[in-house]
Amino acid sequence: MKKNSHDYLNDSLLRFKKNKLAMFGLFILIVLMILSAIGPSFSPYTYFETNLACKNLSPTLTHPFGTDELGRSLFVRIWWGARISLFIGITAAIIDMILGVFFGGIAGLAGGKIEEVMMRIADMLHSLPHLLIVILLTVIMKQGIATIIIAMTLTGWINMARIVRAQILSLKELDFIIASKSMGAKRGRILLRHLIPNCFGPIITTMTLTIPQAIFTEAFLSFLGLGVQAPIASWGTMASDGLSALSFYPWRLFFPAAFISITMLAFNLIGDGLRDAFDPRLRQ
Amino acid sequence: MSLLKYIVRKFIICLTTLFFVVTLTFVLMKSIPGNPFLQEQAIPEEIMKGLKAHYGLDKPIYEQYAKYLKGIITCNLGPSFKYEGRTINDIIRNGFPISFSLGILTLLIAIGWGVFWGSLAAVYKGSFIDRFATVIAVLGMSLPSFIMATFLQYFFALKLGWLPIARWGSFNHMILPAIAMSSFPSAFIARLTKSSMIEVLEKDYILTAKSKGLSTFEIWKNHVFKNSLLPVVSYLGALTANILTGSFVVEKIFGIPGLGAFFVNSIINRDYTIIMGLTIFYSSLLMITIFLSDLFFLILDPRIKTGLSDYEKKLA
Repeated sequence: MKKNSHDYLNDSLLRFKKNKLAMFGLFILIVLMILSAIGPSFSPYTYFETNLACKNLSPTLTHPFGTDELGRSLFVRIWWGARISLFIGITAAIIDMILGVFFGGIAGLAGGKIEEVMMRIADMLHSLPHLLIVILLTVIMKQGIATIIIAMTLTGWINMARIVRAQILSLKELDFIIASKSMGAKRGRILLRHLIPNCFGPIITTMTLTIPQAIFTEAFLSFLGLGVQAPIASWGTMASDGLSALSFYPWRLFFPAAFISITMLAFNLIGDGLRDAFDPRLRQ
Repeated sequence: MSLLKYIVRKFIICLTTLFFVVTLTFVLMKSIPGNPFLQEQAIPEEIMKGLKAHYGLDKPIYEQYAKYLKGIITCNLGPSFKYEGRTINDIIRNGFPISFSLGILTLLIAIGWGVFWGSLAAVYKGSFIDRFATVIAVLGMSLPSFIMATFLQYFFALKLGWLPIARWGSFNHMILPAIAMSSFPSAFIARLTKSSMIEVLEKDYILTAKSKGLSTFEIWKNHVFKNSLLPVVSYLGALTANILTGSFVVEKIFGIPGLGAFFVNSIINRDYTIIMGLTIFYSSLLMITIFLSDLFFLILDPRIKTGLSDYEKKLA
């Protein structure tokens, strides 16, 4: 079995590498990550230092992306925003993954009445107006990164749970699971050693596609004034600030908006590539 | 599964969800520190008591909850605590028609545009059109509606002057906001349509139709179209939710006096009763759409009645 699953992963990886769009997305993402790590050190300015003498400057060599209404260098703020957006996106995706795999795995394995009840709960949570609930929670809780992540993951894991459960249902009746069962393996062992590793493809795909959603949600909340608090810079708050100055200083909106879109694009391309690579129906 | 059982089950899910939202909003509203009348200047004790008595906030919590539920069942969402004399029902009556017409236009653009590109991509799979549509769809899914809205506004209204920059009035005022709001859903629908159509196109009866000598368009129209609409119909609920949330920012950006812009203003002003009331209104709207799309599903896919639907199984 080990050999087989190894081959499956290798095959998928090969297919992923052949996908030009997905590799392009991966390339953008790696560049973004490197720049968010080292970008701020290219500039003598900090993300919070205000300098009213040089406010609303258009892009120049000293301020490659211009400055905002308080004279802060957008170049530095963009890379700080990248850290925040990526942190929120990846953390939310990991939490969703843990909760979803746990819930979906138990439901799929338990079967019968337990599964029925668990999936009805999931159905109900799934049809909740997701973003509205997130807005409600952020309105009421203290504003900040933690609140955004909690509000997003509170209903965000349902998708993962449904996918894992569907995957487990289709795996459950396969021969190697029955063999393992007949050799006396416990349910927990079957779940951890056999079922979840074989759900790897859909799980990683769903995780990758959760990240752009989370980045979007953060930007959306910041746009409504519910995002992270100053002086922390997130792309959403920068875009929201830039919007009011659009007709005079368009770069203040352009750079954050472009980076939100490019990052979401990169994750979507990678996610699509992974889905195509792992989809067994496409295997020849 | 019998037809009636299917409908009843779907109805109960919608109703339970709605009850959950209502209860959640009540609990959240009660967990806000302080009370809705706290302002920068202190209010005398007596007046505060009077205010609380007037809005029934001095009663025990279960009585308040019962009153709240009763109000919702009788479609009376209560008053605003910030604007005197205004009720949430008034606000909905004024703002909803505007948001609704904008939403319907968005829906039409999203479905038309999405199904069009999705069909082209599926029928000409692997061709240049397919690749082009795929790239456009990924771009559409990666551009948040508020970014789309500001750029459309900046180029087509501010720079080129083709369409009005903001406000509400004629059909021309609706075009840019509707395009901005439909960018994500049409991209999503295009992908859904494409993948379900490819599945249908691989079926044997398509081969039969081809061997009968039907043209590509005839095959698409008679055999593929209706079958591949199922996922789009099942997406209607999520699509409505998407248009609703899109309307918050897009209406604000274009200065449209709809419900979405009002909702955003209530968030900024922390007008909790309006936030809660509108959340319940939006959720009811969403549940109605989900229920209707389930019924519509039934018409499109009669296999559900006999419990043989592949698609329904896949979803379950």
